[in-house]
Amino acid sequence: MDNLNLLIQAPILNVQLLLDGLWIGAIFALAAFGMALVWGVMNIINVAQGEFVMLGGFITLMVMEAGLSPLLGIPAAAIVLFVLGWLLYRVIIWRIVDADMFISLLATFGISIMMQQLMNEIFGSDVRTAESGLGMFYLFDNMVTVSQIKVLAFVLAFAIGLALWLFLKRSRLGQAIRATSQNPRAARILGIDTDRVYAATYAINAALCGAAGALVVMAYSIHPYVGLPYTVRSFMIVIMAGLGNLGGVIAAGLGLGAAEQFAGFLLGAEYQLAFVFLLLVVVLVWRQMVLARRRQYLK
Amino acid sequence: MIRFHKGLLAATAALALAAGASAASAECVITMGAAVSLTGKYSTNGTHTKNGYNLALKVINDKGGVKVGDKTCKLAVKYYDDESTPARGAELAERLIKQDGVKFMLGPYSSGLTKAIAPVTEKYKVPMVEANGASRSLFTKGYKYLFAVLSTSEQYLASAVALAAENAEKMGKKPNQITLALAIENDPFSQDIRAGVMDDAKKYGMKIVVDDKLPKELNDMTSTLTKVRALRPDVLVVSGHAKGAATATRQIAEMKIDIPMVAMTHCDSAKIIKKFGKAAEYTLCASQWAPTLKYSDEVFGSAMDFAKLFEKTYGYMPPYQAAESAAAVLVYADAFQRAGSTDPQKVRDALAATDLMTFYGKVKFDETGKNIAKPMVLYQVLNGKYVVVAPSKWAEAQAVIPRPKWSERK
Repeated sequence: MDNLNLLIQAPILNVQLLLDGLWIGAIFALAAFGMALVWGVMNIINVAQGEFVMLGGFITLMVMEAGLSPLLGIPAAAIVLFVLGWLLYRVIIWRIVDADMFISLLATFGISIMMQQLMNEIFGSDVRTAESGLGMFYLFDNMVTVSQIKVLAFVLAFAIGLALWLFLKRSRLGQAIRATSQNPRAARILGIDTDRVYAATYAINAALCGAAGALVVMAYSIHPYVGLPYTVRSFMIVIMAGLGNLGGVIAAGLGLGAAEQFAGFLLGAEYQLAFVFLLLVVVLVWRQMVLARRRQYLK
Repeated sequence: MIRFHKGLLAATAALALAAGASAASAECVITMGAAVSLTGKYSTNGTHTKNGYNLALKVINDKGGVKVGDKTCKLAVKYYDDESTPARGAELAERLIKQDGVKFMLGPYSSGLTKAIAPVTEKYKVPMVEANGASRSLFTKGYKYLFAVLSTSEQYLASAVALAAENAEKMGKKPNQITLALAIENDPFSQDIRAGVMDDAKKYGMKIVVDDKLPKELNDMTSTLTKVRALRPDVLVVSGHAKGAATATRQIAEMKIDIPMVAMTHCDSAKIIKKFGKAAEYTLCASQWAPTLKYSDEVFGSAMDFAKLFEKTYGYMPPYQAAESAAAVLVYADAFQRAGSTDPQKVRDALAATDLMTFYGKVKFDETGKNIAKPMVLYQVLNGKYVVVAPSKWAEAQAVIPRPKWSERK
């Protein structure tokens, strides 16, 4: 209650919390784009989502250690992860595309554990950060602070979302992806190489996560076990937004980010993640009710 | 040829055995046992622990050994690798005591491993002097054979509270008007630290205005810091292993949050100076030990002498984990001398009566076996270096309190 009073007495704090929420929400949305894509097209819930984010962060660190600006890590991480995603598809994922959901959960869970341990072996479990070299904005007499890298992340998330939407609508491959997601068998009959479509989808997902990871390591920090919260939040955002709804993903991502910041402020940091899960339950129940009503109409 | 080699091998083996036997009868060797993490997630600190033990053994043995009654004994340690897993640690302790006949144990690395081994040493009534298990819960179980040379977790940041009280005037307040904000991770070890801070704050009548428990997967604490900025506490206490120190250091600077005192744990493992440079300035950091402290003893000389010898031997400056491990061996050597015997029961009683000054600090155990004579030290980051500022008796410089506002910094 004290904390609520504080928010009412100093309204400027709301601005800070809201902005911080939007910045982090944009990064969640970026990872969630990929999850929505893979889930929608391949019917796979990719549990290794957070680990792709983590890998993107480590690639950015390597770019930085090579003496380049970590900002170059954003494209670098996207490219490397794209290739890795493609390889993972060719080695593992293609075997589970048509399999039971349970099998794909297990397989991607296995990939996630393997990546965590591998990174722990190579880089150690230390927490790492990269300095983007960008500064801060100080507003309202230093009462609101905004780091420019987070603004960049926000803008990028929108730009990538838009690019992805255009790609799916206009490009040949994008159309093939949409066709495959609607009816893989029909797509195959009409001459679409669905195997290639799946590979591209999975690789694009990994690339999106890689870019998100590059932003995470510059705006926040990264270590080999940082992945899970990103997987959980992507999952949650996709559940809220539904599949194949990129605008919804952005909105849900930003909303979740902001809700979390306020929850952390009002209830204390220990309830921040608990609040996310609570919200997940509420959303699931609510969706179930909405769907049930729709089903009644159909009767 | 092969046959000849076999014969030669047998001969050398026999010779070696004979030599070993004669050496053992001529002088006595006290063999201690230790399960240390040489592989797995604690391997770095496990190696520091082993290096600390070994350096102390070498120096003591080079000086002739330990006088036990009318004999002079050399010290030795039998090591096993516990693979950083508690179950393996307990198994190896059992093996050291039952199969290898070890009558004295040195501790493993980490509270978790110590917790697993302590019941075993207790069962066989074998004393264990440990240097790397700081959890408070180790000393609430009534163990009689467990002794710890390091400061326990609830003392980690207590000296920061004391320092705040000492400097209350500089912040324009009385000690009981000081307000604290706590941002401490939600794991047993960090919560022990929190309990210690809470106790001390209560003693001075200080008020806690923020009490956030940071999540395990922490990499953003802006919501906590927004609260801190609004409530303007005098002291911010952060503890969340390396990630807590890194996240706090970065975000306090980014958000330009002005607090007179910021105290943390795990600054060295987060490498805050190297990573964040100016952003880390004026941060207070808790540590078990520092090479610049003015403690000294007869075996190693001063803390700095130990650090230099360690660096010469192993090629890197000793972290506190190595120093406290070496101190554990010194405590044993002292207890053997005073007991005048290698009977475990007599040595245990001698250990319990320890009152020893070492390069690592004073060692004196209370009835639960924890060292109550050595305070934690507080460093402050000043001009890109850790400088000891508390406790005042051992300080190199005065703490800069309050820290300069961000707007006044260059």
